Amino acid sequence: MRFLKAAWEWFDARTDASKVIGPIMRHPVPKGGGWMYVFGSATLFAFMIQVFTGIALATAYVSSAGQAYESLQWITNEAFLGRLLRGMHYFGASAMVLLVGIHMIRTFLTGSYKFPRELNWVAGVILLGLTVLMGFTGQLLRWDQNGVWSTIVAAQQAGRVPLIGPALARFLLGGQTVGGATLSRFFAYHVFFIPAVIFAMVALHLGLVLRHGISEKPNAAQPVNPKTYRALYEDMLRREGVPFWPDAAWRDVVFGVLVVASVVFLAWRFGPPKLTMPPDPTIIEAYPRPDWYLLWYFAVLAQLPHGAENFVIVGAPVLAGVCLLILPLVFNRGQRAPSRRPWAVASIVLIVLAVGVLWAQGQRSPWSPDFSAQPLPPAVVGAASAEIFGGARLFETKGCQYCHAVSGYGGKRGPDLTDVGDRLSPQQITLRILNGGYNMPAFAKSLMPEEVTNLRAFLESRKMPP
Amino acid sequence: MCTNPPSDSTHRRRFLARLSLALGSVGAALIGVPVLGFLLAPLFESVILRWRPVGSLESFRRGQTVKVKFEDASPLAWAGVTGQTAAWLRYEPGGEFVAFAVNCTHLGCPVRWLETAELFMCPCHGGVYYKDGTVAAGPPPRPLVRYPVRVRDGQVEILASPTPIT
Repeated sequence: MRFLKAAWEWFDARTDASKVIGPIMRHPVPKGGGWMYVFGSATLFAFMIQVFTGIALATAYVSSAGQAYESLQWITNEAFLGRLLRGMHYFGASAMVLLVGIHMIRTFLTGSYKFPRELNWVAGVILLGLTVLMGFTGQLLRWDQNGVWSTIVAAQQAGRVPLIGPALARFLLGGQTVGGATLSRFFAYHVFFIPAVIFAMVALHLGLVLRHGISEKPNAAQPVNPKTYRALYEDMLRREGVPFWPDAAWRDVVFGVLVVASVVFLAWRFGPPKLTMPPDPTIIEAYPRPDWYLLWYFAVLAQLPHGAENFVIVGAPVLAGVCLLILPLVFNRGQRAPSRRPWAVASIVLIVLAVGVLWAQGQRSPWSPDFSAQPLPPAVVGAASAEIFGGARLFETKGCQYCHAVSGYGGKRGPDLTDVGDRLSPQQITLRILNGGYNMPAFAKSLMPEEVTNLRAFLESRKMPP
Repeated sequence: MCTNPPSDSTHRRRFLARLSLALGSVGAALIGVPVLGFLLAPLFESVILRWRPVGSLESFRRGQTVKVKFEDASPLAWAGVTGQTAAWLRYEPGGEFVAFAVNCTHLGCPVRWLETAELFMCPCHGGVYYKDGTVAAGPPPRPLVRYPVRVRDGQVEILASPTPIT
């Protein structure tokens, strides 16, 4: 023990470590922050999970387009603790996205982005963008069928950027097609490039927190005035500040460890996301979709009016980014208390509701045809005539069922036809089948006259029981 | 020892500062140019096209559309299965071949051929194409992209081309 103490003193005398770290740990922070202030540090805890599990996974993952899938199979199914590590990396990513969001909402609601902490917010917005990029590139590194097709979809979206779109798409693919060059590039972005920027931004973010201090609880009687804020803040710290360690830090540690424990538990209980089919671009029974945290955006893209598509794919992320970045520059003074900022509260409620609804839509994806639709059982068909029976067969073989449901069997892309016989006249039904519509093909060329008759007979017989 | 007047030392400092900044930029460029050049290389590569056989003429039936696989134009040695591409090959009743890229022109998802309905359908957002590749319904902005096809020595060949970015 005495030796350890002597060794520490020797080290400290040469590095001044205690003089550097001590004041940082004990710097005064406002009293009464409570549990609202733990989300930033919890995000950092989640990031640390990602760094350590990521390094461990990188020791076994092969970043080769031809072998990544096999190496992941091995990590997941055979390597000691591999399944747990992959699970931790996935749930750690989920936690990080969630906590970044909560931290940001808290900062926004308490007006903590106002003077003098504008750049803390800007660094935070950049970190949000980097977190999303990490999530997306990480999903691609799974390099199963979903990963390969998500890469292609991402390149197509990049291709919509004016002027440089096609070049950007080629850059993402690393060549003319998805192939040997694609995965190793995404691996380098995910493992070296983006993390390096994240480390730099976290350093800036934390440095600024130390420079300007943790924001005090909003006080409606004391709006932010850049001329007087600093003096008031320092005065308040002198009067009632408490040392960060341990008076405030203990809550960060409790919540952070709770986050880590939850991630480990979820990883152990549910494991990593299943690998889908191998990354073979010739297996085309694919249905690429993003992980849960981008599912709401997937729903936005699916439900755009067609004319707005190019503008939204390129413009919406840019617009959202710019709005977030200039927010503290435009509103850097005045009230911080949520009770006096109804528009701030309303916009958060609106955004959370919108993302929630879109997310639920993304889960259901009613805009996708359902290729796994089960054939209509005889009881549903209720074939009272040869025409109706033949029509029901055509309803399956002509692909109607992938988009239209009858009595719960079929897709949700088009209108439900369970009671179409009550809603449309036979003429209307025929017209629609022959001519199609904006989201429905015209079948005039691919159906024989008697087939049209049968299909109409079947659809006419779809009525609600009286 | 300080014999220079103050203005000289100011000049000297300014010169040294500028020299250091300029030299630093040269150093950064010496590292940066090769790195950026390496990363941006795919943008300057000339497009490679290569005819790839997809099957003998007898193996296709007129009026049918089938999925064919072929090797990319210049796959890297470690590309593994990702060095392969698929296309939809239609043998017209009149005897000519048409090859469609499997990528939906909306966002690139792979379209499926529904044999009995004679439609291509995209699983992502429900884009639909007729058998000739023209848009039948949904969000796709243009028809399925076509690859050149030829028949040579009894072999049907497709011109392996870059992934269409539409």
